Amino acid sequence: MALAAPKETYAGRVFEVTIGTSKTAVFGGENVLPFHKFDGDTPHKPVIAFEIQDVAPEDWPDTVKEVYGDAASDPVKWALYCQNNLNAQAIALRLISTHPDRENRSADDAAKTVKAVLDSIEVPLIILGSNNVEKDATVLVAAAEAASSRNCVIGKAQEGNYKTISAAAMAQNHKLIAMSDLDINLSKQLGILITQMGFEKERMIADPMCSALGYGLEYTYSVMERIRLAALTQNDVIMQPPMLADIGMYVWKVKETQASEADLPKWGSLKERGIAWEAVTAGAMLLAGAELLIMRHPDAVRSVQKFIEEF
Amino acid sequence: MALSGVEIFKLLPKTNCKKCGHPTCLAFAMKLAQRQASLDACPDVSEEAKRKLGEASAPPFRPITMGAGNSVVNMGEETVLFRHEKKFVNPCALAVEVKDTDSEESIKAAVDALRDSELERVGQKLRIDAIFIKEVSGDPAKFSQTVLSISAQAPDMPLIISTTNPAAAEAALEKIPGTRPVLYGANESNAEAMAETAKKHKVILGVYAANLDALSELTEKIKATGVEDMVIDSGARTAGDILRDNTFIRRAAIKKSVKSVGYPVISFAQRDDHMLEALVASLCIAKYSSIVVLSSIEKWKSLALFTLRQNIYTDPQVPMQVEQKIYSIGEAGADAPLMITTNFSLTFFIVSGEVENSKVPARLAVMDSEGLSVLTAWAAGKFTASKIAQFIQESGIEKEISKKELIIPGYVSILSGAIEEKLPGWKVVVGPREANALPAFLKTMN
Ligand code: SF4
Repeated sequence: MALAAPKETYAGRVFEVTIGTSKTAVFGGENVLPFHKFDGDTPHKPVIAFEIQDVAPEDWPDTVKEVYGDAASDPVKWALYCQNNLNAQAIALRLISTHPDRENRSADDAAKTVKAVLDSIEVPLIILGSNNVEKDATVLVAAAEAASSRNCVIGKAQEGNYKTISAAAMAQNHKLIAMSDLDINLSKQLGILITQMGFEKERMIADPMCSALGYGLEYTYSVMERIRLAALTQNDVIMQPPMLADIGMYVWKVKETQASEADLPKWGSLKERGIAWEAVTAGAMLLAGAELLIMRHPDAVRSVQKFIEEF
Repeated sequence: MALSGVEIFKLLPKTNCKKCGHPTCLAFAMKLAQRQASLDACPDVSEEAKRKLGEASAPPFRPITMGAGNSVVNMGEETVLFRHEKKFVNPCALAVEVKDTDSEESIKAAVDALRDSELERVGQKLRIDAIFIKEVSGDPAKFSQTVLSISAQAPDMPLIISTTNPAAAEAALEKIPGTRPVLYGANESNAEAMAETAKKHKVILGVYAANLDALSELTEKIKATGVEDMVIDSGARTAGDILRDNTFIRRAAIKKSVKSVGYPVISFAQRDDHMLEALVASLCIAKYSSIVVLSSIEKWKSLALFTLRQNIYTDPQVPMQVEQKIYSIGEAGADAPLMITTNFSLTFFIVSGEVENSKVPARLAVMDSEGLSVLTAWAAGKFTASKIAQFIQESGIEKEISKKELIIPGYVSILSGAIEEKLPGWKVVVGPREANALPAFLKTMN
């Protein structure tokens, strides 16, 4: 007997988000589960942003550092290298040096870096704080101003600082990342709080918190799947922003991306292992529903792009 | 799909004779629907009703076991589409491909690599589950010789014998009786002969068709010949096609009770680009394959795929907790710092990851707080000064360390005085609030 294809259609649709000005990147817009083009529309492929920092990446493992070499000594050079040599679709600049436990650089310093990077690149920019709730509230406000009218992504707004950060993103016309702690209800609650301030839900990107392969990946995977199902089946508009997976910062600190083959011969080549760790984490996040990825290793990015091309 | 009580009732004799021990046929039907009774209890039920009920109560995916030794692979039995609904049952098996045209040395190397692939991760032993032996030579004698030699080198390893030539299948299966391999390669043109061979040797039949429609027709035809155990291949090879066909198969079997595709799926991920192969295999693991065939088994690739499989197949209902104990991170000597946190597994993952990242050897005391994070546990009275003091005392860690100093999470700095009171001779140090500040903090401790 021939098989009647059991297609699914849904009431909801993920918002389509465009970032950048001169060169833009677009993601979201689908009314089906990830890559389920056999069920409905998948107008855009996921976008991968290369992560750079405002200081040299001393804390990154050698296997990633050596790919960038001298280019990573300066954020502008680094951004240009990603854009011109690695064909980055977008750049994610992490203002890590503003963290009070690190260099503790000022919001003004951060704004200058943002401006310098923006003046030199054409591709869209994602501007990330150091993930310190209090400091981000001042740093990201200054950064949003410095990036005024460039249609950047600002993040991450969290429960403890969303008011100031969303207000700045709104005033300067940016997109906003709303990050919550790995729970579908917390994600929804933060979305509601931010939209209640007058921030348009269509300009939001949800970050339900990433985790690395082997280190809680299944939680992120299922929270993302549940958010996407709620967006589609229940047509829950608060759940309809596209989702971000901030992969690199979680992956490149786990043991599997650091331990040498000499120490752990059973684990095989460190170089490939690290790349595979980032690529497989990214692949799983894509299957769960992420449309925007932030990654570090160019070889991992290339592999994930090839994977995306296969759908 | 299971039948409702009323649907079952319609199939019963409706005499209310009570022989089943229930007052009415309807009451008995309700118990059957809840799987709290067995149909055997009614002596008068018709053969037709038995057949219908039997079919309806069969699981959507037929349970099938491959192999016969100590390391069998269970497949099928899945009942949901998403892992958050219910634990996925049988983890996708990883198989590595060898060809009968490969040299003896390279086959031996592959088998050795396979044995060497075993490793342990979070208490589970993991290894490549099966060998896929492909007939390329066109020579049944050569093929059967290769199968025999691999079976002798890896006697416990489940085998998948791949050929479309029934004579080659026959020759190979004769050499490995009682091992319950998969015979992969039945298709529209050889189905009858392959089904006969599969029946004769009591093996699982791997059925290939160029698309889902053809596959569904072919499995019905093969089932009619008496072969019950099949694994199926819809011909999907790209990531997009694999996702589509595997999704349709899972939906059809679970939501529409389509029996002709209710079998474990075998997928092929081989690519020249091994990183891409790892990604395609990841898709197969996450999205519904029961066997995925790989071209090779580099250790880094196996480790990543084993880990993903573990993640995807964990039970989502089990609270996110790790075992209460004092974990050593790095080569923690007597002077290594001692930290305490709760047993919420994410807290543990993040904190231990950061400690590892700091490269400072340390001890992490993980206290049972019913899987709550630090702040929540503190608020709920599960992470209190007396409980912490009791845990540290009972752990006996005092004897192993040179400096009685305990680092507590910054969020519960308020507890430091009370802990010192309850732990005489100890000094409490307040650590950072967020785990990402740990590396900097630990470096200052040194
Ligand atoms: S034994 Fe059969 S016929 Fe009699 S009451 Fe039970 S179900 Fe009905």
